[in-house]
Amino acid sequence: MSTTKSLSYVRKEILEQQPAPRSQVGFTRWVRENLFSGWFNSILTLVSIFVIYKVAAAALPWLLGGVWDASSLEECRAVLNERFGNTHYACWAVITERWNQLLYGFYPDTEYWRANLAFFLMLASLAPVLFDKIPRKMLYLTMAFPFLLVWLVWGGTLWGVISVAAGFVLGGVAFKLVDRYGSMALSAIAAVVVAAIWWLFISPSVVDGLNAFLPFGHLQEVQSRDLGGFMICVIIGISGIALSLPIGIVLALGRQSDLFVVKTICVGFIEFIRGVPLITLLFTASLLLNYFLPPGTAFDLTLRVIIMVTLFSSAYMAEVIRGGLAALPKGQYEAADALGLDYWKAQRLVIMPQALKISIPGIVNTFIGLFKDTTLVMFIGIYDMLGLSNAIRANSAWNGIYWELFIFIGLVFWICCFAMSRYSQWLERKLRTDHR
Amino acid sequence: MSLAQDRAIDRSKLTVSDEVAIQITNMNKWYGEFHVLRDINLTVNRGERIVIAGPSGSGKSTMIRCINRLEEHQKGKIIVDGTELTSDLKNIDKIRSEVGMCFQHFNLFPHLTILENCTLAPMWVRKTPKREAEELAMHFLEKVKIPEQADKYPGMLSGGQQQRVAIARSLCMQPRIMLFDEPTSALDPEMIKEVLDTMIELAEEGMTMLCVTHEMGFARQVANRVIFMDQGQIVEQNEPEEFFNNPKSERTKLFLSQILGH
Ligand SMILES: Nc1ncnc2c1ncn2[C@@H]1O[C@H](COP(=O)(O)OP(=O)(O)O)[C@@H](O)[C@H]1O
Ligand SMILES: [Mg+2]
Repeated sequence: MSTTKSLSYVRKEILEQQPAPRSQVGFTRWVRENLFSGWFNSILTLVSIFVIYKVAAAALPWLLGGVWDASSLEECRAVLNERFGNTHYACWAVITERWNQLLYGFYPDTEYWRANLAFFLMLASLAPVLFDKIPRKMLYLTMAFPFLLVWLVWGGTLWGVISVAAGFVLGGVAFKLVDRYGSMALSAIAAVVVAAIWWLFISPSVVDGLNAFLPFGHLQEVQSRDLGGFMICVIIGISGIALSLPIGIVLALGRQSDLFVVKTICVGFIEFIRGVPLITLLFTASLLLNYFLPPGTAFDLTLRVIIMVTLFSSAYMAEVIRGGLAALPKGQYEAADALGLDYWKAQRLVIMPQALKISIPGIVNTFIGLFKDTTLVMFIGIYDMLGLSNAIRANSAWNGIYWELFIFIGLVFWICCFAMSRYSQWLERKLRTDHR
Repeated sequence: MSLAQDRAIDRSKLTVSDEVAIQITNMNKWYGEFHVLRDINLTVNRGERIVIAGPSGSGKSTMIRCINRLEEHQKGKIIVDGTELTSDLKNIDKIRSEVGMCFQHFNLFPHLTILENCTLAPMWVRKTPKREAEELAMHFLEKVKIPEQADKYPGMLSGGQQQRVAIARSLCMQPRIMLFDEPTSALDPEMIKEVLDTMIELAEEGMTMLCVTHEMGFARQVANRVIFMDQGQIVEQNEPEEFFNNPKSERTKLFLSQILGH
């Protein structure tokens, strides 16, 4: 202090911006900072490179030198012996030879086009949901897709699914009509009652009649036990994903409700489902439900499994979304109230868009978990890809083949899950508007 | 205090009508066992600008939040624009759409643009067509002097700008009464003036205003009545000149000496 005569200082000109020093930018800097920033880090880098080299040297020849064309393990080994003198190479031929089975299970091969068409339609109807650049008109396809899926995959006439759709329409009309007079709850009850009456009592005879006189759009019927492979994973996975999100939202809101009964039911449901292993629920679906349902009701196994998987992940979903709701400041609710938005409008326009955005990582996490859990259906006798890998091995032609099948199945799941993960990261970035 | 006195206000324009806008009689409220509001009586005429002051925790926010039912009172009567506040949802919705409110922390919707923040309630509550709602929003955004920010998100704006958007958002519902809960307390000093200026303009247009604030300059300049609250009660109310120059109760004197710093 005492060395300076005066503390007063005034800058006369403003300095120009200067480029950063060379060593602070580019690849060299990245390598230095991330790989060789100190002796410890440098050793780690070298050791890692060595390990990666060793693993690649062992695995790559096995992976790449394999045989793609053979009709049994024996034949494959013969080819390998001839080519390399040993059999330390993969037999990918099992994938090519059983390709259709791995994809479609025991679906009749004349009908593969239906599965393919359904898969294509699924992608097309997902597009407008995932990307808001896609024309909104495509959402009509999205709404029709569940019915098209059922018709294409299980076959029969179009009347069956049309009548199910009609139930929804009737319920919607009932909701609108009653909504004019009274409360939400009353309209919801009216909608459910009208739809149930239609589905249970009126629709079966109507459908039978129509089928007899005018079998419109009839496709060969396929039983649920013939579904399998990647197809069944996608059917169960996509249905579970599409249904568990809305149910999870309702459960999360119910858990916050001021109404004691609603709150208790939601909490009870969530805690029960979360406390039970999925496989227990699946066994319940495959065995026990038959005892409880009235005799003679044919309740499709796939449908039962979808219901159980959906319930299971909607409980997790509810908790994920509750986390998002809890992260919202109270001021958002108050501002919505003060503007005169009612509960449902406030939820839909203000609260949920923000809560869901916060919950995206957790929601996608639950989706990924659900999709991988579809492999559990092999324990109740559904031939998904894992179940098929056992079946394939049971055949004498491919007895003893493990790695190739597991790697293939793992890769298929990894691609699907990685795609979900990337999409969610993209969505998060796109929706980031708070600039904090 | 620090409010710039450069803006001359024509107080003759600030007229108060005989019509009653808000009538609160013997209102009481409890949080559990805690008696927050005790026997509040207050009549506000149309066109009045009321400033509510008082130490932290005295129940100022709670009182004005009862007026649009963000909080429920347990005893007494609140009549807003001729409609009594009961648990009847229809009345509550009606009152909320006629009473605008601005908060300390603005509470803008961060996932919507400024324009969407302003058009949301008119479109969904009043069922105004989108085009019309947007015109209305732009009109009020011009009024608070930030039309050029319409397509930005709230997070990109300064605090003062955000609070002005919040005022515009409330105005888009064309309320007859505005409530302000410490609208400038979360702002940096240089932004306080722009918000107060907007509020002064509103007052000049004859808006009925209830304003919780510690901006005593604003109170002197704009208010026609200052209310002092302590421990859940209205302790003193008077015209601003009298209130500041000649406070009657000891608690008011103490509060004023603390807040005015002498
Ligand atoms: N939700 C609540 N539950 C319980 N006590 C509350 C709640 N909100 C406020 N209070 C209490 O009520 C009193 C008045 O609060 P408030 O109206 O916010 O005061 P002010 O706005 O005058 O600072 C304070 O003592 C506060 O702690
Ligand atoms: Mg307060």
